[in-house]
Amino acid sequence: MKTLVLVGHGMVGHRLLERLVESDTADQWRIVVFAEEPRPAYDRVRLSSYFDGVTLDELRLGDDEFFTRHGITLRLGERVEAIDRSAQTVTSSAGETVAYDVLVLATGSYPFVPPLPHRDATGCFVYRTVEDILAIEEYAAGCRTGVVVGGGLLGLEAANALRILGLATQVVEFAPRLMPLQVDEGGGAILRRHIEQLGLTVHTSVRAEEVMVDEAGRVCGLRLADRDEPLTTDLVVFAAGVRPRDELARSAGLEVGPRGGIVVDDACRTSDPNIFAIGECALIGGRVYGLVGPGYSMADVVAAQLTGQTRQAFTGADTSTKLKLMGVDVASFGDALSQAEDALEVAYTDSVAGVYRKILVDTEGKLLGGILVGDASSYASLRAQLGTKPAQSPDQLVLPPSEGGTPAATGADLPDAATVCSCVNVSAGAIRAAVREQGCVDPAGVKRCTKAGSGCGSCVPLIKTLVDAELEAQGITPSKALCEHFEYSRAELFEIIQITGIRSFVELVSRYGQGEGCEVCKPTVASIFASLGSGHILDGEQAGLQDTNDYALANLQKDGSYSVVPRIPGGEITPDKLIVIGQVAKEFGLYTKITGGQRIDMFGARLEQLPLIWKRLVDAGFESGHAYGKAVRTVKSCVGNTWCRYGVQDSVGLAIALELRYRGLRAPHKLKFAVSGCARECAEARSKDVGVIATEKGWNLYVAGNGGFSPRHADLLASDLDTETLVRTIDRFLMYYIRTGDRLERTARWLERLDGGLDHVRDVIIHDSLGVAAELDAMMAAHVAGYQDEWRAVLEDPERLRRFVSFINAPGTPDPSIQFVPERDQIRPATEAERRSLPLMVVS
Amino acid sequence: MTSSVDSYVTICSYDDLIPGRGVAALVDGRQIALFRLYDGSVYAVSNLDPFSGAYVLARGLVGTHQGTPTVASPMYKQRFDLRTGRCLDTDEVSITVYPVRVHDGQIEISVEAARNVA
Repeated sequence: MKTLVLVGHGMVGHRLLERLVESDTADQWRIVVFAEEPRPAYDRVRLSSYFDGVTLDELRLGDDEFFTRHGITLRLGERVEAIDRSAQTVTSSAGETVAYDVLVLATGSYPFVPPLPHRDATGCFVYRTVEDILAIEEYAAGCRTGVVVGGGLLGLEAANALRILGLATQVVEFAPRLMPLQVDEGGGAILRRHIEQLGLTVHTSVRAEEVMVDEAGRVCGLRLADRDEPLTTDLVVFAAGVRPRDELARSAGLEVGPRGGIVVDDACRTSDPNIFAIGECALIGGRVYGLVGPGYSMADVVAAQLTGQTRQAFTGADTSTKLKLMGVDVASFGDALSQAEDALEVAYTDSVAGVYRKILVDTEGKLLGGILVGDASSYASLRAQLGTKPAQSPDQLVLPPSEGGTPAATGADLPDAATVCSCVNVSAGAIRAAVREQGCVDPAGVKRCTKAGSGCGSCVPLIKTLVDAELEAQGITPSKALCEHFEYSRAELFEIIQITGIRSFVELVSRYGQGEGCEVCKPTVASIFASLGSGHILDGEQAGLQDTNDYALANLQKDGSYSVVPRIPGGEITPDKLIVIGQVAKEFGLYTKITGGQRIDMFGARLEQLPLIWKRLVDAGFESGHAYGKAVRTVKSCVGNTWCRYGVQDSVGLAIALELRYRGLRAPHKLKFAVSGCARECAEARSKDVGVIATEKGWNLYVAGNGGFSPRHADLLASDLDTETLVRTIDRFLMYYIRTGDRLERTARWLERLDGGLDHVRDVIIHDSLGVAAELDAMMAAHVAGYQDEWRAVLEDPERLRRFVSFINAPGTPDPSIQFVPERDQIRPATEAERRSLPLMVVS
Repeated sequence: MTSSVDSYVTICSYDDLIPGRGVAALVDGRQIALFRLYDGSVYAVSNLDPFSGAYVLARGLVGTHQGTPTVASPMYKQRFDLRTGRCLDTDEVSITVYPVRVHDGQIEISVEAARNVA
């Protein structure tokens, strides 16, 4: 057996180990790892997330057993001090000498600290390792102000850390803009605005000259070149770039570059054939990569060679980056800062919204690169189209949709490389291949073949679009069939049910379908019945059709417990009602959280507790909030002209009126509303299915906005409406959607799918082009007249109440698998490990 | 709960079950999901959803897929064959199936004769 010595256990070193143990089936290598840091490899890229509450354990790569399982020796806190190339040995800081057959250097980088006076003073830090951030955290406890030297990616992360630690923070950057390696001047300006809005102070085009210290030798300021006034600060973090750690290689006589970096060939071999170098310490193809992606590629190249696979070469790396800095999306891809003569740029700046988009194309229109700040939603698709000529013109790619832009592909035209399912990381290409090569014809088939959609499930509608488009490309008409039991689409079934008046699933499936039905068609039909006003959703046969949330009239959570959300129309609530919610939560030991829809969610209720909880809420005047249904959820509002000095209309009053009008309305998917009292749009109405924004003359109505998986700004349907016209227009919009929407299709996707889009909808509901307006009005009138509080109706009916038991043969025994542990003074579900170790909790 | 001579345990009355829905039962500390289909047939499987680790299968929707009676987990929607316990969406996963019968209008389950196809 041969010995491999790895120097450095960072992300790239760990990647090498993982690749080796994966492919080293013959166990041909004995592996010894030397790590200078006192802890095993962790996710250095996400180091800053420690300040957002991510624990060091969560940052760790691999688990405790990784090393024992694979017989790898890991020597933590032990640096390699010398290499004897002729003897093929290394000597460590502990005086140990280990012989190697192959040596891999993955020594990474060290932070560059500019040669300023007092740069080693107490209160000066760098930002690279866990030890660095722990030291900063400890020292910052006694500080009020901090300065970061360096306004690049790392500098801004450090600045954010100081901000989270409560320090008044300033950033000093030598270049004329922030993140000079990733963004251009325009992007840098937008980024700067975002960051200044968070309360940070940014200085660009300045050079730090001297760290100032007090009598005790502690940092007290930073002097800048050409500035009279020094910055007052208690702490300085240097984040002005990194340099390759090549000193070990240098002293062993390996070739290094003139500006540092261990010279390697495209197989990552150094000037000594028994020694490789990978990651940030390597100089490959004349450059040093400071990104983890290229480092991983180098680790893969070396692992392949060491396990006797075909020789691979490092063929350069994509230095595209996308990240979220202090809540701001920043992305650059391709040759983003190209100075080439034939690089033509098209840029769009919206300083108000804080959005910057620029793309570079060559004279033939091929995409060379680009920069996105403030909104990077088109990153995956643009990056995937590098080197090709996109279908859209350059201006369409950067303009917002309201200005004639075509948002980058999010549907059938998505490039193969784009990630569709981010939970399991499945690309559009893999989904197309599943259709083409494995015969998948629907999302369920794709899920089986690729696991796409098996995580959070939010990508399933997108998978369906891709599958249908791929089938169509093969000349197969995608089936509109809802499932194997009905040949019809949801819209067609809606027509059938409306015209025939059938209100029984068994009758419907026997006359218009086949079989017993399934988890797809049953809730769909139940929803149509409910939209057409068919009594209580738990009445008679309807009970058997409802999804679990509708069946329990509560939201199922990951541990099998439920959450409870009473309606708080428009987000307006009296102190008395707030107190009731507090009392109920306290009495039943529920976890409480404010929702995005301006109400209060109570978690941790057991099935059998739901009626008891709701009895209390209903008695206090609350009603169901329908958070469990594909139904109207909330109408969010700003405070409006009643209180706000900018408001021009009563947004709260309208929000309450709308929420009460549409409460309980069932639809193909959930419906979210918002009303803003002026153009400042504090209620974020343009991200909603129905958004209303006050004007001096009335209301502007926006429709088909969406947050969630594929965000979309709502489109302006009509302007300056009086309240009556507004309500009538919303009535028709909702009912037209309910009639024609596909199963689980939000209004945003529905509008995009409809032939004629927004114009068509406007024709139908405002100009009555189909002659259905009166019918739509009548449907809504029937809904409003037929509304009843679902929970009150359950409490009044012993037959319905009977279903809320833990076990049919042991109704007094609570489900023993539901266990809670305390966290931040409330409960949370116990993890599986905690559940095993906890004594069974006695629940009164 | 009364034990009959042959290891079957009485759970509830057949009429307690709603067609097309499930209920949870507790037998010897085991959680069991019990379903009555539209055609009147009754099935019993483990209540544990192997994908989420939560005891929730009784709250899933039942149906048929190519004639196979199924329950879909209410958590992440994987479907299980109610006769064999096999997962239709992931081959290597299955759940325990319990023998169940209707006797004198009562539902009876045997936990001892449970089988697991995995």
